[in-house]
Amino acid sequence: MNTDNRKKYWRENLKYLAILLSIWFLVSYGFGILLVDELNTVRMGGFKLGFWFAQQGSIYIFVILIFVYVRLMNKLDKKYKLDE
Amino acid sequence: MDIQTWTFIIVGFTFALYIGIAIWSRASSTKDFYVAGGGVSPLANGLATAADWMSAASFLGMAGIIAFSGYDGSVYLMGWTGGYVLLALLLAPYLRKFGKFTVPDFIGDRYYSNVARTVAVIAALFVSFTYVAGQMRGVGVVFSRFLDVEVDTGVYIGMAVVLFYAFLGGMKGITYTQVAQYCVLIFAFMVPAIFISIMATGNPIPQIGFGSAGEDGVYLLDKLDGLMTDLGFTAYTDGTKSKMDVFFITAALMLGTAGLPHVIIRFFTVPKVKDARKSAGYALLFIAILYTTAPAIAVFARTNLMETVQNKPYKEIPEWFTKWENTGLIAWTDKNEDGRIQYLPGTAINGKKPEFSESRGELGERLIYNFSEEKNELYVDRDITVLANPEIAGLPNWVIALVAAGGLAAALSTAAGLLLVISTSISHDLIKKQLAPGISDKRELAIARFSALLAVVVAGYFGINPPGFVASVVALAFGLAASSFFPAIVMGIFSKRMNREGAIFGMLAGLGITSYYIARFKLGWLGNPDMSEEKDWWWGISPEGFGTVGMLVNFGVAIIISSFTKAPPKEVREIVENIRIPSNAGDAIGH
Repeated sequence: MNTDNRKKYWRENLKYLAILLSIWFLVSYGFGILLVDELNTVRMGGFKLGFWFAQQGSIYIFVILIFVYVRLMNKLDKKYKLDE
Repeated sequence: MDIQTWTFIIVGFTFALYIGIAIWSRASSTKDFYVAGGGVSPLANGLATAADWMSAASFLGMAGIIAFSGYDGSVYLMGWTGGYVLLALLLAPYLRKFGKFTVPDFIGDRYYSNVARTVAVIAALFVSFTYVAGQMRGVGVVFSRFLDVEVDTGVYIGMAVVLFYAFLGGMKGITYTQVAQYCVLIFAFMVPAIFISIMATGNPIPQIGFGSAGEDGVYLLDKLDGLMTDLGFTAYTDGTKSKMDVFFITAALMLGTAGLPHVIIRFFTVPKVKDARKSAGYALLFIAILYTTAPAIAVFARTNLMETVQNKPYKEIPEWFTKWENTGLIAWTDKNEDGRIQYLPGTAINGKKPEFSESRGELGERLIYNFSEEKNELYVDRDITVLANPEIAGLPNWVIALVAAGGLAAALSTAAGLLLVISTSISHDLIKKQLAPGISDKRELAIARFSALLAVVVAGYFGINPPGFVASVVALAFGLAASSFFPAIVMGIFSKRMNREGAIFGMLAGLGITSYYIARFKLGWLGNPDMSEEKDWWWGISPEGFGTVGMLVNFGVAIIISSFTKAPPKEVREIVENIRIPSNAGDAIGH
């Protein structure tokens, strides 16, 4: 693999990381902690939304984030012919 | 059949299963012993990681901690799951590509320095030993509670079982036993949770159930908030900790999770880089099943407790109450002498545990010496939340026995994973890599087995004679992992410029400031004790959350020092180039 492709591959990887980690930060530190009081004024069934994010929602989204990352990277590996 | 018989049958069966797996999966090379031959499927590794990760504290303690701290308990839920996102995205795939056996291997090679390797080995040993002592104690406690033996006897039994499969099978034996242990522990956790969710709300899924309404049509969480605020507690869904502190504790737990050596090495066992990513996803999925159920159990248990006992005459209390009172996990003092139980804010006792006298009060309650001046009359041990659940819900005896087997599976699997890190640190990182590089594979394997034996004995010793600070060491383990390994590994992958000097001073600075803060504010070993109160905390950050500051200090020091010192040599920059590309991961090699 040439240096140019290596750089492009790495840059795309970093872009995915930036997007996914922003979501990671937003749902836990954002919705679950910093904005919890504001979100608690919104209700989802029996849950206050901020409380739900802190004790349920953030965890579900964490799981989804990893599997999305797996898919994105598998595609990226294929694009650069790095899959085995 | 009674509970005791069921417990012997189920625990005996699971132990036979673990030992059978150990014999089937004996290790024949160091590669088997350290990384299970590198051939574990991502799914199996995910299951094993989940069992490795969830300790007796997660299984027995977490629902209780949340039940008694409400929203504040969220720090553990987010903190102990969010770290896996960091692991999957920032660490696991690259470390797998690097393809060695241990975390100090990576630090030592990437920073071309045996000093860096040694700092990493010491940190790994320290983190693992503090952590494993609590686990061995946990094994003893579970045994003593369910099988009616002394705690020390329980520790000996636990030592024998762990030794058997760690000694024979190393990582290979441990991995496949952990797969079985995950199945046992999750089944044992979910069965009572589902029953109780149905009883409380009619919904079999606890995660949805605790957001639903009970028979009276009132949402469960609203009812609980109401019950609590009426009595002067903070509402369950509101916290008492400052936002700043919640933020920092959550971050320290996440970063610590991602930096714990016994978690990281699990990703060396899969064949390819893409398997490492996928298996982190499976691991978090399996962990999430328990971690999203725990807050539901917490709400059911807390509501049940408030409704059952508050202002009830002691004479009319249900049987489970007096049963757990007899085991010392519940204590009640009729402070205002009205014969009723007042469960109010404030601590019911002075000190941590009730000190029971031999005699009983007029109503038959166990008298205690150390009751407090506050109005609250009821002491409830948090562990009761999971332990007593099946009984409170009136579930059959075999379910109660199952919980015992689940608690043991959780404690044993975590202890085994930690013991492997300790034995690997000694035989591979210290002896093979530093003291005697010429030894043969066979000899190294023998040394690894011997180190495992040594580690079990030392861990057992700490389990029987817990050092005074064991209760608070979890904060220490996470803080140290967050402030040492996490930054050093991340910079090693994402910065080509980071060099030996930066990494070493960064790790030392991070470790130093975090240890100092915990020693001063958590253990009270340093500084003026009058200045170690909560109000003296720096920026209101508790010792549990200080690992985050240590991590920032590590990054800062490393970046500054590295910019004034020589760039790493060309070979090292090539290592970095190489680990960023997933193909040709090859086998994990140690030589």
